[in-house]
Amino acid sequence: MAQQVSVNEFVLDVSGDQPVLMGGRCEACGNVTFPVLQGCPKCTGTDIERVPLGREGTLWAWTVQGFPPKSPPYLGSNDPATFEPFGVGYVALPEVIVEGRLTEAEPAKLKEGMPMRLTVEKLFDNEDGDEVVTFAFAPMDAGE
Amino acid sequence: MNEVAIVGIGMHPFGRHEGVTGMEQGAIAARAACKDAGISWHDVQFAVGGSHESGKPDRMVSMLGLTGLQFTNVSNGCATGGTALSTACNAIMAGMYDVGVALGFDKHPRGAFASNEPVHPVDGGLDWYGGSGMAINPQFFAMKINRYMTKHNISQRSLARVAAKATRNGAINPMAWRKKAFSEEEVLQSQMLAYPLTQYMFCSPGEGGVALVLCRADLAHKFTSKPIYVRSAVMRSRRFGSFEVKTSWLPPEEEVGPTVDASKAAFEQAGIGPEDVDVAQLQDTESGAEIMHMAENGFCEDGEQEHMLERGETEINGRLPVNTDGGCIANGEPIGASGLRQIYENVLQLRGDAGQRQVQNDPKVAYTHVYGSPGISGVTILSR
Ligand SMILES: [Zn+2]
Repeated sequence: MAQQVSVNEFVLDVSGDQPVLMGGRCEACGNVTFPVLQGCPKCTGTDIERVPLGREGTLWAWTVQGFPPKSPPYLGSNDPATFEPFGVGYVALPEVIVEGRLTEAEPAKLKEGMPMRLTVEKLFDNEDGDEVVTFAFAPMDAGE
Repeated sequence: MNEVAIVGIGMHPFGRHEGVTGMEQGAIAARAACKDAGISWHDVQFAVGGSHESGKPDRMVSMLGLTGLQFTNVSNGCATGGTALSTACNAIMAGMYDVGVALGFDKHPRGAFASNEPVHPVDGGLDWYGGSGMAINPQFFAMKINRYMTKHNISQRSLARVAAKATRNGAINPMAWRKKAFSEEEVLQSQMLAYPLTQYMFCSPGEGGVALVLCRADLAHKFTSKPIYVRSAVMRSRRFGSFEVKTSWLPPEEEVGPTVDASKAAFEQAGIGPEDVDVAQLQDTESGAEIMHMAENGFCEDGEQEHMLERGETEINGRLPVNTDGGCIANGEPIGASGLRQIYENVLQLRGDAGQRQVQNDPKVAYTHVYGSPGISGVTILSR
């Protein structure tokens, strides 16, 4: 069976039951960045701890990518004949606001402040037949 | 400290020019600026040039003349033109030179600006940011205006009004790239590139060149009867917490962007306020940017743009004409030349030489603003 492989294990860990984003926490001022940076842009500190980020938050800003991205760098399919617009947004997690793809691409169904949860989306199949996935945020259904 | 005057301006038309290199367009602009000031390249004591991807500007001396002058290359993304101007002004203010040229040019391939260089280190994995379909400039502009529209009640109609105005102004500018005026309906019905922004609301990478001859203000009347004075030329980078292009994260605390900082500093340096400005050229990478930049530069409160646009206050014959030459939307954006195009337009307006698009309020003070990746802004204030 096809396995899911992270596009980049440094930022996205898919080894457990649930995907996890990895950020960096400044030990001096507590500022959290995504991804881990070598230094803290808030206080200029350099002691940075790698930490898992919360998986749920609220939508902070959003758009819909309406045209196929250029490849490289895009790793997904950008064939104009089959391209489907995808959502992109910022989600306010407990520690930091993170930019990611959105599983919803219908403007009428996207609203600032709506609850979102981390998931993954396939980018492409690699030579080993595995699914290379990236992170995305999905709207949390009412009552969930 | 010396003051600085602009005594010559030159431009190579913006647009697409098969068979003419970006650098040649810069050289053509430089010759035109010298001619406008009534000087030859021999009289130019120093030059500052910027280009994003059309070669190192100082190579241009092989076309203009090998006179041995000091020629400094500068690069600050979309703010490159502003940096060329402020660097040249500094040299004159410091008393190093009396007469110099600031110039910028570029020639970009078709399609949105794209870089294959990963924004973040890939650490042995793949480029997760660009690779996942992020790090695309239009997305940032779309998200910023989308958030702004929700917060301050700006309609999509306002976005269309800005784009339609730009193309109307471009249609009466002989140097503009896009000379076809689009209606608001045509703008709204063009392809949705990044919600809420459609194709005709965006500028495109293009080609062009602009040059300015600058001199010590007390010498200006040797060159022209209509000198234009540089009251301030300021550039600022982002501070912690501002929302900028190609940023994969933001802290929960929000801070104003570099435009607000640059604008305040420029007004302070010039000793005037937004109410004194008669004509303004504001970075309009897309029409949402013009709307937000009206407020960020101090020309209105957040949300007032809706009524200002409805009443046509930023039209050429309005209370505060904005982007009278059609802006980036009608002229395209050759990165190195774009900021200097705004200065060129303001000099024409202040001289009263803008022809069909001359503003009618007898302008005395003119304002320019550029914004670009990775969160930089440049502001200049000129006066008669
Ligand atoms: Zn810190």
